[in-house]
Amino acid sequence: MSHRLRRYGPPLLLLAPSLILLAVFVFGLLAANFQTSITDNRTAAQATGQQPTTVVWFENYVNLLASDAFQHSLLNLLLFTVVFLVGTMVMGFGWAWLLDRPARGEGVFRSVYLFPMAVSFVASGVVWRWLLNSNQGENASGLNRLFQMIGLDFLQNNWWNNITFGIVAIAIPAIWQLSGYVMALFLAGFRGIPVELREAARMDGATEWKLYRHVLFPQLSPIALSALIIIGHMSLKSFDLIMSISRPANYQTKVPAVDMYLFKSSFDYANAAAVGTILLVIVAVAIVPYLARTRKEDAR
Amino acid sequence: MRRRIRSQHGSRSPGSTKAMVSMRTARLMTAAASAAVLTLGLAACGDGGDGDGGTTGDDMAGGEQVEVFTWWAAGSEKAGLDALVGVFEEQHPDIQFINGAVAGGAGSAAKDLLQSRLQANDPPDTFQAHAGAELQDYIDAAQIEDVSGLYDEFGLTEAFPPDLIDLLTSDGAIYSVPSNIHRANVVWASPSVLEEAGLDPAAEYADLDAWFEALDAVEETGKTPLSIAAPWTQVHMLETVLLAGLGAEGYNGLWDGSTDWEGAEVTAALEDFEKLMGYTNTDRDGLDWPDAIQQVIDGEAGFNVMGDWAEAAFQEAGATSPDDYVYFPVPGTDGTFDFLADSFTLPVGAPDPAGARAWLETVGSADGQVAFNMAKGAIPARTDADTSDFSEYQQTAVESFASDTIVPSLAHGAATPVAMLNTITDATSKFTAGATDLATFQSELAAATM
Repeated sequence: MSHRLRRYGPPLLLLAPSLILLAVFVFGLLAANFQTSITDNRTAAQATGQQPTTVVWFENYVNLLASDAFQHSLLNLLLFTVVFLVGTMVMGFGWAWLLDRPARGEGVFRSVYLFPMAVSFVASGVVWRWLLNSNQGENASGLNRLFQMIGLDFLQNNWWNNITFGIVAIAIPAIWQLSGYVMALFLAGFRGIPVELREAARMDGATEWKLYRHVLFPQLSPIALSALIIIGHMSLKSFDLIMSISRPANYQTKVPAVDMYLFKSSFDYANAAAVGTILLVIVAVAIVPYLARTRKEDAR
Repeated sequence: MRRRIRSQHGSRSPGSTKAMVSMRTARLMTAAASAAVLTLGLAACGDGGDGDGGTTGDDMAGGEQVEVFTWWAAGSEKAGLDALVGVFEEQHPDIQFINGAVAGGAGSAAKDLLQSRLQANDPPDTFQAHAGAELQDYIDAAQIEDVSGLYDEFGLTEAFPPDLIDLLTSDGAIYSVPSNIHRANVVWASPSVLEEAGLDPAAEYADLDAWFEALDAVEETGKTPLSIAAPWTQVHMLETVLLAGLGAEGYNGLWDGSTDWEGAEVTAALEDFEKLMGYTNTDRDGLDWPDAIQQVIDGEAGFNVMGDWAEAAFQEAGATSPDDYVYFPVPGTDGTFDFLADSFTLPVGAPDPAGARAWLETVGSADGQVAFNMAKGAIPARTDADTSDFSEYQQTAVESFASDTIVPSLAHGAATPVAMLNTITDATSKFTAGATDLATFQSELAAATM
């Protein structure tokens, strides 16, 4: 008994503060959020306990998922995430691949590409709102005006004001900001591959494509997965960029996080909590396989 | 996430400055954390104190200070608050004024914070809120007190117009003291654009059909006929169009259920709204109201429908009427005054209710209302206030307020509670963005107001 205590006691004691904080502020609040989401706490009077709330189980979830407006938000989120992920991965990998070759001024390029990440989403959102102005023709400004000036008038469009694909326009600034970060990840990956491996492959007569396909890509796949997970969960939680380019009330750019904000501001705590839980489940679906995989790898 | 980025970056650059920065951050974090713990502790103590303090009307404890929570942090609003505080300090020199103004998001940042504070039983002594139905949530949540006793005490019942008293009364009780009145159904126009279109800038239009002809004329010049901004300004225009189509009685009926949202009259009004939206700028959803007014000031747009706080924007731009801008009631709404008002409340459990009462007295007093509204550009809710020094526009508003039928504004919380307004705004945004047709829009509006 005392042996066991001596063995597990000190580590447990040292871990206790963080465990307790996590238990209260993460898992405790998750539970409280879920508890709110299964009630009919939808008015100000119920929020302050002036009127009773009753447990309605999954009614809020069913109504939300069945409503056109929320389905529109979910579809927007899916579109945004796909474009954001593909965009940052392609751009980030491309830049890393270019910078991997010994090039003059590499440091400068690296900083230039990484720099947008230093700008807050809210600040860049204000600028991009102007760049993505939806006026065309005589009143055009921002990118539409640029297209006119370089004779590409047919490229003019109403950007984020398109009902179905408007959200994709907001992925453009997101890609601009996060591609440099993905580049940094991939560049570190490239640098982590020993030169001997490349030399050995070349000695064995591998073509450049074969070298990438069979030697470099497999080495980079953990990095790619990390980048996917990091960018993916950022995308699912996007709120600030969308809020500062568009507005919470604009139907064309609604995503679940915006819905949650609107529900909360009209004292509909039950639906706000339900949207929060749905978002959590979506993020978990994306991240849990990754965690499971890393655990398996660690165990090996 | 952020930490990961930093360490990535840090591993590439010499670490000494980074380490220093992070040490400083750590120290700041500790300081912030201990401050937070301290405030939590204090709040807990405060709660204990308040619990037995009671919130009954005759409790006159305190009277030392008053924390006034507003979103008046800049521009003409800040100037108005400063002027009001000046009067307050004259009338109640022994009470200390504490400015609890929260800036940002046209009041949305303040409302978010207020919601949390009320939820945590940590109310300010008094807070700003739109008068009318927007207060319903606070009333239902038992977060604000009935102040109708103060109306008798301060003689406000006689000083405010009876229409206004009716609109402020909910189940026989009144929950706030209005500090100022704004008019929502005003059209602002650019004389230079109208002249270019061959129109008489001094003309007023009897109804919407006459106005459509003028809008057509402006459209032919290539300028924007009607400038508008984000969804709330579209709801603002929608309410004035409903008012024009249904008349004051029909419009009021929309909020108490006596007018049928599915009826043919509403359909006709929504058709007018659709037609008006057809004259507007395509980048509207990315703009806010000052941007839309700026288009009128700059001579890029002919007309704009906005509340009379736009007057302050014209003044700031150095424009004078009637040379640089003209104004008239939204066609078809002449003789009605679509009102909204800022008002102050007495929260349940206010730390210093006596201080709050003193503040409400100043807010309701003729001196306070004149000083505040001179600076803010609105008009006093009292009909007996001396407004001879007010601007030309304000004089016309004072006159209309005294003689017109007063109806509550939808977009500014006088007509409906917040949740209903949010649903109406959603439906409007869906419609103007092109996701729904008129019939769906109408049934969504009907469903929203059930």
